[in-house]
Amino acid sequence: MTEAAPLRFKVPEPPARPGDQPDFSYVGLSEAGSVRRPAVDVDPAAMRDLAYAMIRVLDDNGVAIGPWSPDVTADDLRRGLRAMIKTRVYDDRMQNAQRQGKTSFYIRCTGEEAFAVGQALELGPRDMFFPTYRQQGWLIARDWPLVDMMCQVFSNENDRLHGRQLPVMYSARDVGFFTISGNLGTQYIQAVGWAMAAAIKGDTCISSGVVGEGATAEADFHHALTFASTYQAPVILNVVNNQWAISSFQGIAGGGSSTFAARALGFAIPALRVDGNDYLAVISATRWAAERARANCGPTLIEWVTYRVAPHSSSDDPSRYRPADEWKAWPLGDPIDRLKAHLIVRGEWSDDRHAEQQVEIRDEVQSALKQAESYGTLLDGRVASAKSIFEDVFEVMPQHLQRQRRQLEG
Amino acid sequence: MPSMPMNVALRSAMDVMLGRDENVVAFGEDVGYFGGVFRATEGLQAKYGSHRVFDTPIAEGGIIGAAVGMCAYGLRPVVEIQFADYVYPGLDQLISEAARLRYRSSAEFTAPLTVRMPCGGGIHGGQTHSQSPESLFTHVCGLKTVMPSNPYDAKGLLIAAIEDNDPVIFLEPKRIYNGPFDGHYDRPIVPWSSHPLGEVPDGYYRVPLGSAAVRRAGEDLTVLTYGTMVHVTEAAVAETGVDAEIIDLRTLLPLDTDTIEASVKKTGRCVIVHEATRTSGFGAELAASVQESCFYQLEAPIERVTGWDTPYPHAQEWDYFPGPARVGAAFTRVMEA
Repeated sequence: MTEAAPLRFKVPEPPARPGDQPDFSYVGLSEAGSVRRPAVDVDPAAMRDLAYAMIRVLDDNGVAIGPWSPDVTADDLRRGLRAMIKTRVYDDRMQNAQRQGKTSFYIRCTGEEAFAVGQALELGPRDMFFPTYRQQGWLIARDWPLVDMMCQVFSNENDRLHGRQLPVMYSARDVGFFTISGNLGTQYIQAVGWAMAAAIKGDTCISSGVVGEGATAEADFHHALTFASTYQAPVILNVVNNQWAISSFQGIAGGGSSTFAARALGFAIPALRVDGNDYLAVISATRWAAERARANCGPTLIEWVTYRVAPHSSSDDPSRYRPADEWKAWPLGDPIDRLKAHLIVRGEWSDDRHAEQQVEIRDEVQSALKQAESYGTLLDGRVASAKSIFEDVFEVMPQHLQRQRRQLEG
Repeated sequence: MPSMPMNVALRSAMDVMLGRDENVVAFGEDVGYFGGVFRATEGLQAKYGSHRVFDTPIAEGGIIGAAVGMCAYGLRPVVEIQFADYVYPGLDQLISEAARLRYRSSAEFTAPLTVRMPCGGGIHGGQTHSQSPESLFTHVCGLKTVMPSNPYDAKGLLIAAIEDNDPVIFLEPKRIYNGPFDGHYDRPIVPWSSHPLGEVPDGYYRVPLGSAAVRRAGEDLTVLTYGTMVHVTEAAVAETGVDAEIIDLRTLLPLDTDTIEASVKKTGRCVIVHEATRTSGFGAELAASVQESCFYQLEAPIERVTGWDTPYPHAQEWDYFPGPARVGAAFTRVMEA
C-alpha cells in the first residue's frame, strides 16, 4: 500500500482584502445583447446555458440592445429612475439619522436599487413580494408613504408596527410587501407557500421571493426550490448576489464552485443570471419569469448580479474586510447612472432635468423627515408606548399576558 | 353517538373543517393518498381532492415554511409532522416566523396554522419516535400548545385549533390513538369503544382552547396532568385508593390557571405528572405557578413524576415510562408529608 497524502482543507478567500487592488475578474460577464431569449414555455433543459451567461440589455453607451431589450415606455423608465434616486436619498438621510442617534439601526441598499424598484413596478398590484431587509426600493417605487417608513425606523408614536420590530423591518400588505424577518432565508419557502396557495385557489396572482447569495446556504433555500419544483408553484425565486454577506464574500456560500443561478438546474427550474444593475434587464427578466408563472409554466430562479456598495448595516465597517474603494472597480457600474444615460441617449432625459429632480426629491425626503421626526425619535424618547408590548402576541390577550401587563403598569 | 378511536376522531375533525371552510388544507409526509402513517387523514384526499389534501417532500422546515406563506395568502393549513421527534428542522419557521408574524407585522399578517404531531412513548419507538417536546413550544411566545387525552376532546380541540387565528401546536399522544393506555403494558389493550370519552359526535363541535377538565373530583390531592398520563394517573388512583382530583390540562398554553388554583386551594397538595423529561419540563412551570398562587394553602411539597432526564431508550421503555407505580409512590410521599 502506498502512503496516503495528507488531506487539504480549503477555505475560500476573496480576491482582494483591505489594501489590495480590487479584482472582479471572477465575475463572469456577457456582452450586452448577446444572450438569447427563449420562449417562456421552453423546456428548462433546453436553456441551461442561461444559468452561466449574464443577461444584459444596456451597452456601455446606454443603448438597449438584443432580444432581452424590453418594450417599456420612457415614462415608465423615468418612474423607475425617480424611485431609485429617491431610495438612495432616503437611505442617506436615514443613515445620517442613525448617526445622530435618532434610531438604533439602519440598512442601506446603495448600488442595488434596480432590482427592488424594477420588480415593484413590473409585478402586479395583487402579487406578493417576500423581501429581505434590503428591498426598501419596492416601498418607495410603490409610493408607500415615506413618513410611515421613517416612523417605523424611528419606532415612534406613529410607527404602524408600534416600535416592536427592528428598524427597517417594514410590513406593508397594502402594496404587496410581506413583513420582513431578521432570520435570513425564511421568507423564501414562504413565498413558495404563498404561490402554492394562489394555485390551490385558482387565483391569477403570483409571488416573488428574495434571498441574498449568502443565505442560499440556509435550508429554507433548498426547501423553496424543492417545493417550487415539486408543485410547479407560480413564484419568482430571486437571489440577489451582492457579493458580500457581512464580511463573508460570495465564495463562502459556495459561489466559487458555480453560479448561484445554476443551483436551480438540478430541480429543472429555469435559471437566469442577470446584470442586476441594468434596470432594463431587471424589467425584462422579471417580465419573462412572471409570464411563465402566470402561464402555469412554474417557477423561475433569477440570480441578480450586483454589488453591495453600502456596509452591511449601520453596525458594520467594511473597510476591515474588503478594499475600501472596491465599489469603484465594480464592472457593472451604478444602476442610477446607467438608466440616466439610457434615457439621455433616447432623448428622454437630460443632465439638467436629472439635477432638478435630485433637488426636488431631496426636498420631498427632507420634508417627510421633518414630519416623521415631529412624531418622535429615539433621541427624544417619544417611542411607541410600553403597553403595546403585550398586544398582538395573540389575537385575544390570554390571562397570563393580562397579568404581566398589569405588573408592568404597576 | 358513534364510538371512535382517537385517530379517527382527529380525522373526523379535519373532515368537518375541510367541509366547512374552503380555506382549510391538510398536508404533510404521507398524508395524501396513503392517509398518514397513523391513518389520521385516510380518505380525505379522495373526498376533497389533491389540491386540498396532499403529500409533501420530507422537509419539516419546508412544510411549516410553506404553510406560513399559505397563511399569508389567507389559507388555514393543518399540517402533520409525522412524529414530534421530527419537528426540529421546522422550529425556525415555527418560532421565528409562525409565532411572530402577528407581533412583528402588527396583525397585517397572521398564522392561523395548526401543526399536528404524534408524540409520547409506549410504542417501542425508541429515542426518535417517543419524545414529548411540549415544553419547547410552551416556551415560545405566540404559540398555543394543546394535548388531548381522549377522542372526544381530540376532535373538539382540533376543530377549535383549526378555527383559531393563531398558530396551534397540536400534540397527539400516539399510544392512545387506539385505546386509553394506563401504563400497564403487560395487560390486554383496551379499546376506546369501552370508554365513555370514545363517544364522538359525527358533526361539528368545539372544545375550547385554554380550558382544563376535571376528570375526577377528589379531596386528598390535586394531580395536574395531560395526554396519556391522565389514564396512568387514573390507574394510580384506583390502585392507591387516594382520593385525588385529576385535572386534565388539555391546553398547556394558554393555561387554565383558575381551575388549577381552585383545586389546589381545596386539596392543599399537588402532584404533577408528565411523560416528558423533568428538567425545564412543563411540570416546572406548573410547580412554579402553583406555589405562586397557592403557597399558603400547600401542606406538602409539590411532587413531579416525569420521564427521566435521558433520551428515550428502546429496550428499557418500561423502566423509562412513568407508570402507575411511580405515580402512586408520589401520592404516598405527598400524603405522608
